[in-house]
Amino acid sequence: MPALTRKEVEEIALLARLHLEPSELDTIQGELGAILEHFAALAQVDTTDVQPMTHAVPMELRLRPDEVAPSLSVEEALRGAPVKKDGVFVVPAIIPGDAE
Amino acid sequence: MAELAKLLETWEPVIGLEVHVQLNTRSKAFSPSAIQFGAPTNSLTDPLVLGMPGTLPVFNRAALELALRLGVATESKIRAKSRFARKHYFYPDLPKGYQISQYDEPLCEEGHVDIVTGGAVKRIKLERIHLEEDAGKNTHVGQLSHVDLNRAGVPLVEVVSAPELTSAEEAAEFMRALHRLVRWLDISEADMEKGQMRCDANVSIRLRGEDRLGTRTELKNINSFRFVQNAVEHEIARQIRIVEGGGRVTRETRLWDADAGTSASMRSKEEANDYRYFPDPDLPPLVVDGATMMNILRSLPELPAARFKRYVEQLGLSPDDARTLIGDRALAEYFDLVCKVHPGGRSGRMIANWLLHELLGALNADGKDIAQSPMVPATLSELIRLVEDGTISGKIGKEIFEESYKTGEAPGR
Amino acid sequence: MSEWLSVADTAKKIATGELTALHVVDHLLARIANLDGTVGAYLAVDGEGAREAANAVDKQRAAGQRLGPLAGVPIALKDVLVTRGLETTAASKILQGWVPPYDGTVVEKLRAAGAVILGKVNCDEFAMGSSTERSAYKRTTNPWNTQRVPGGSSGGSSAAVAAGLCAASLGTDTGGSIRQPAAFCGVVGLKPTYGRVSRWGVVAFASSLDQVGPLTRSVHDAALVLEVIAGFDPRDSTSLDAPVPAYSDALVGDVTGLKVGLPREYFAGNLDADVKAALDRTIAALKDRGAEMIDISLPHTSLALAAYYIVAPAEASSNLARYDGIRFGKAAQGAKDLLDLYMKTRGAGFGPEVKRRIMLGTYALRSGYYDAYYKKAQQVRALIKRDFDEAFQQVDVILTPTTPTAAFEFGAKATPMDMYLGDVFTLSCNLAGLPGISVPCGLTSDELPVGAQLLGKPLDEATLLRVGHVIESLVGLRDKRPKAVS
Repeated sequence: MPALTRKEVEEIALLARLHLEPSELDTIQGELGAILEHFAALAQVDTTDVQPMTHAVPMELRLRPDEVAPSLSVEEALRGAPVKKDGVFVVPAIIPGDAE
Repeated sequence: MAELAKLLETWEPVIGLEVHVQLNTRSKAFSPSAIQFGAPTNSLTDPLVLGMPGTLPVFNRAALELALRLGVATESKIRAKSRFARKHYFYPDLPKGYQISQYDEPLCEEGHVDIVTGGAVKRIKLERIHLEEDAGKNTHVGQLSHVDLNRAGVPLVEVVSAPELTSAEEAAEFMRALHRLVRWLDISEADMEKGQMRCDANVSIRLRGEDRLGTRTELKNINSFRFVQNAVEHEIARQIRIVEGGGRVTRETRLWDADAGTSASMRSKEEANDYRYFPDPDLPPLVVDGATMMNILRSLPELPAARFKRYVEQLGLSPDDARTLIGDRALAEYFDLVCKVHPGGRSGRMIANWLLHELLGALNADGKDIAQSPMVPATLSELIRLVEDGTISGKIGKEIFEESYKTGEAPGR
Repeated sequence: MSEWLSVADTAKKIATGELTALHVVDHLLARIANLDGTVGAYLAVDGEGAREAANAVDKQRAAGQRLGPLAGVPIALKDVLVTRGLETTAASKILQGWVPPYDGTVVEKLRAAGAVILGKVNCDEFAMGSSTERSAYKRTTNPWNTQRVPGGSSGGSSAAVAAGLCAASLGTDTGGSIRQPAAFCGVVGLKPTYGRVSRWGVVAFASSLDQVGPLTRSVHDAALVLEVIAGFDPRDSTSLDAPVPAYSDALVGDVTGLKVGLPREYFAGNLDADVKAALDRTIAALKDRGAEMIDISLPHTSLALAAYYIVAPAEASSNLARYDGIRFGKAAQGAKDLLDLYMKTRGAGFGPEVKRRIMLGTYALRSGYYDAYYKKAQQVRALIKRDFDEAFQQVDVILTPTTPTAAFEFGAKATPMDMYLGDVFTLSCNLAGLPGISVPCGLTSDELPVGAQLLGKPLDEATLLRVGHVIESLVGLRDKRPKAVS
């Protein structure tokens, strides 16, 4: 597992939408590097034919009947929103290049 | 486009479609808030739809059943155990910062949809059909965007075709066939104007005879049959122009602008996105048991393709008439009812003729559909029988039809 | 009345009319006002709501109505538990001001049982930490020694229970966040089997590891609270549909013939001498009562830390993607475009530990890295689970120290890795989805509590409580109270 470059740290921060000050980037680069070193042990473990475990206790998905419950009122839905207007959440313009 | 036709002698387009179809459920995919087109903004939400902390998804059984219907109808392999995964990206219409979708373990794989092209049936393979939730809606208003989350969490299936469509017409035909199928099976209203069926197209070109696929572009925002054809055709022409001009097609996502009849580049998909898929730990594996499958199989009506075959091969209908009949399930059901009450069982062509020309003509003139027909199947059958056994002439038959259509009375009385 | 009343005694005295619920609440509200300046357990005290709930209990009693099993019992909730109408912040700036429109399932169940919610207690931000030093709001001290941390992430819960500022508290445990602070503060902390208690209304940290559980002053109290909060919930797809036993009936005081596994990996290396001595006394006492000690091995133990610090941050990076300043919480001011809004809101709203874990998790889930990290960690998790399955063929319960050392001083863990290493004994339990409990088993020479951890088979909380109860009666702290608050 390769060491973490500064460029990678910046890419991850962008992917995670975290603004980090240059000093934070420095710190995190070092800390993540140290943690990743600790992970190297995993690579040595033979996991051939081992099924990844997502749930410790085996489970199957339970399904819900297709029934409708009351929605929140519009006021309640918007109550915690930092910026709102006439029944909608308001955000800065979406730059076309920023779309999914 | 005569010019394009000539270019297509040299170049072969390769098209794959990703079609999103809204499943016809009452409540959302993972929570019980209602689904309704045109409701006041943000009036159909709950803590889960809003992505509030502490909320957890519970999957809607009806969404599974509808998706399974489509899986069975397209003769897909149904996974006994499929899985939901999280697909991450930040966008204001995506409240959780991830979409619950299916990734490497989709519900259905390797199905097919039959389309009619150039008078022949062509079988288009499906790579997969998977379940996912819809996002909300952003509306751009000057320097701001408004977010409405009514649609967020609505259950969808994404139907992904293999890259086996080789013309814009075939792409549009694929959409029509799928549209017919999902409406036929009551899987979806599939009203494209309401966004209940939407399509992205992956388009590339290659020299005829070449095996390798060219660089593809993804066209987004296609929401009518006509737009599918226009958008794909436009993209094929654009790519041929680039390559013939000595350039190279860039791998990118392009947004179709139906008003302008052109597309514009979004940004390069590969460098911009890393969806960081992983199995959703809030949702254990989706297991489809035998009882559920039996119910689906039992509840499935005769499919349009099977009906088409029966009409042409057993009843001797012309492919055109058969196609018109299967275009609307209610019409096909009406036709079958007339056949059922009609004696002899050899009058299919005649019945189709009267139904498609006289009755449908009269209904169209009144702006009605077959379900609103004042004439019941038995009456139509009786009228046809009078003509068949020579009691009346075809001309008189049409006069009696008009009278009978108006009064709703049987001709014998 | 006494602030040290047990859950059972509080409920009984209120039911018999010896005390009114309002009197109990008022007494504790006064005590909080006096002492919480020193302890710093509470982020928000809901005096009005608590008095209202207490009044309702008293009225119910006066009207001769049947009282719930926790009627009038004052309880503090870790601030990751969603409470309708009561600000829920997960000790993070990014959720500041969020007043939820709904109650989590455990909160609903507590209210239905007649419990009185006193308020919300401190924790590490989004439950990420082992000392409560990572709270964005305040410092919580250890009532046994205010120079030391109360443990974490449920440090507000453990401190409030230890200081007599509530009868019981609910915490959450993702890698030890109930058991470790319970050990540090000399109280009982129980992490149930994954799926035993609903996660609906629990601010998610790592979805496949998180569980809610009680922190109490006695094993009996833990049993009573678990009885109320456990059970199937159709709103949580990972909730187990299994009956809830009467846990308090399991406390029979007998461990004769019980097979107790002692995993050698947990008793080697850097175990503090005082902690080891306390565990040795516990082992001797259990033997004396007829339990059989069996030396066992859990060979993949050393991999638990790495597996945990991939799985938990990966899931956290996903769960925390919803905090974007659009629908709730705090948004950055003056963002010039959408990307800027996301970057600044999240950059300013999350503290350093949360950012570190989001970065780590995002790294592990990146395209091309998934197999080497997340998938590999989930496979190692399966191996860890297999170790336990094999051990439980031989033994009924596993006994270990809860932590390698007793409570440490503020600022003692200089690097993130130092802090993470303190969790080595508690992580495996979450990775394997098993139930675990920490029970006080004595004090160090510095008068700091030591915890004994018991790990059990899936859904076998009853055995943990039974054995814990015996440990408590043999080597527990009895009526010893923390200095800072007595």
